[in-house]
Amino acid sequence: MVDLRNKLVLALGERDGIPGQALLTCAESAGARVIYVATQCFV
Amino acid sequence: MTTRPVIRAARFVLAHVPDLVYAGSKPRRELAARGGNVRGQIRERLRSFREAVAYAPHQVMIGNRAPEDLWDLPRPWHAHSAAEAPGEGPAGAVIDEPTFYTWLARADSAHLIRFDEAFAARVEPLLGNTRIATASPDALRSAVASGAEPIGDLDGRWIGAVLPGYAQDESLAGPVLLENLATKATGALALRRLLDDGGGDEPVDFLLGCGEEAVGDRYQRGGGNLAKAIGELAGVRTAGGADVKAFCAGPVHALIIAGALVASGLHRRVVVVAGGSLAKLGMKFLGHLASGYPILEDVLAGVAIDVVSDDGRSPVINLDAAAVHRVGDGAAPHQMAAVLTQAPLCARGLCLSDVDRFAVELHNPDITEPAGSGDVAQRNYQMIAALAAQAGEIAREGIPSFVRRHGLPGFSPTQGHIPSAIPYLPHAIAGLTTGEFRRVQLIAKGSLFLGRMTEMADGASFLLERNAR
Repeated sequence: MVDLRNKLVLALGERDGIPGQALLTCAESAGARVIYVATQCFV
Repeated sequence: MTTRPVIRAARFVLAHVPDLVYAGSKPRRELAARGGNVRGQIRERLRSFREAVAYAPHQVMIGNRAPEDLWDLPRPWHAHSAAEAPGEGPAGAVIDEPTFYTWLARADSAHLIRFDEAFAARVEPLLGNTRIATASPDALRSAVASGAEPIGDLDGRWIGAVLPGYAQDESLAGPVLLENLATKATGALALRRLLDDGGGDEPVDFLLGCGEEAVGDRYQRGGGNLAKAIGELAGVRTAGGADVKAFCAGPVHALIIAGALVASGLHRRVVVVAGGSLAKLGMKFLGHLASGYPILEDVLAGVAIDVVSDDGRSPVINLDAAAVHRVGDGAAPHQMAAVLTQAPLCARGLCLSDVDRFAVELHNPDITEPAGSGDVAQRNYQMIAALAAQAGEIAREGIPSFVRRHGLPGFSPTQGHIPSAIPYLPHAIAGLTTGEFRRVQLIAKGSLFLGRMTEMADGASFLLERNAR
């Protein structure tokens, strides 16, 4: 288990996996500061 | 007047263009960064035309094999394909590079391509009445040094170059024009193939473009309507046209709109068309090199799909079971699948198991897996199967067998909009007419967020049903 409180997070999501916005919501709810968020498509 | 719209036929053309792999976005960037070493590695792993034709997924694309054959063919498929196979099939054809170049020349209505003199002499028998401008090797080198985009071989043995449409306009730069000409040529090849294969004498009323190209000048980058240009090149004089833009979801949106145009009586025959994506050539080439694979992204794909009023035989686009992903819908994969797959079925009293086949994004895993992108089709099918398990249609242990029974192996080249469900159409039409199928659902997704205008994804789906008339 990683404690995300007060950590800086780069949230890189994937379209067919977990979107960046979902990562952002989870990371912020765990106390992290998300400094970059993006969703990518690899096809 | 209203009528039921049907899909009468779909045709694909794969243009094998190994010499244009360098012009794909990823190879171009790697060449700029690392130069000669990359060039040599790419050259060593390019496929011959015979290998590209015989490649089993390509044989599925042109209708000579069923997609389900690939379940039992050992991977990687490039190592287990036949040595020889026909270049033409009931669903289309694989064409060679010289043939593609002659169509590129025909597509060049602005006369911006200069062909190497020696190459022009070699392809002259293929050109027919097409007049092309030629240049000496020195003149080509000079043009390229001044901003023209070279066409052809990696080591400077160019077969020609595309001049900029206007020197101060980034939207008309040589590389942009080559991309758009390649799209126009492959779209026209597919449209011509569809029309030449017969199936109906009625004139085409409307062409709906659904590719991912951006045609325009600096004042309307992406202005579009390549559909009409494709129609002109294919010799279709009766049709109007317009484009539908929705990233990879474009073709399924276009088919829904085409169905609605026919259902309303506004048009009797609408052909949905798209050409291939030059930018995506060699997109995963680093993974292919690392795995000792050939460069598998060496084809441009064009498609043409015939949507007409009910002929009493062809499968019906059920517009009552068409779905779009709305602004307020969530974008997580399970939310997308529920909105596009389950909801339109539930609304008609159907369950997921009532669908014979789901056609999702059918990216060929031979291409995507070596680059770490996984098996896109199987991920989508597992999500649909998980929804079936959640709904109590199947037990959790039944997920793998549901995937095998209702899913497909991916077999499409990674040409953006092309893999999005539509490569299955020729097989779906066969299954819904001469076969035993009752319904097939086509599902597409589009990555709108890539354009930096929204965080949203997109999607669309519809049911294709056996004609019960």
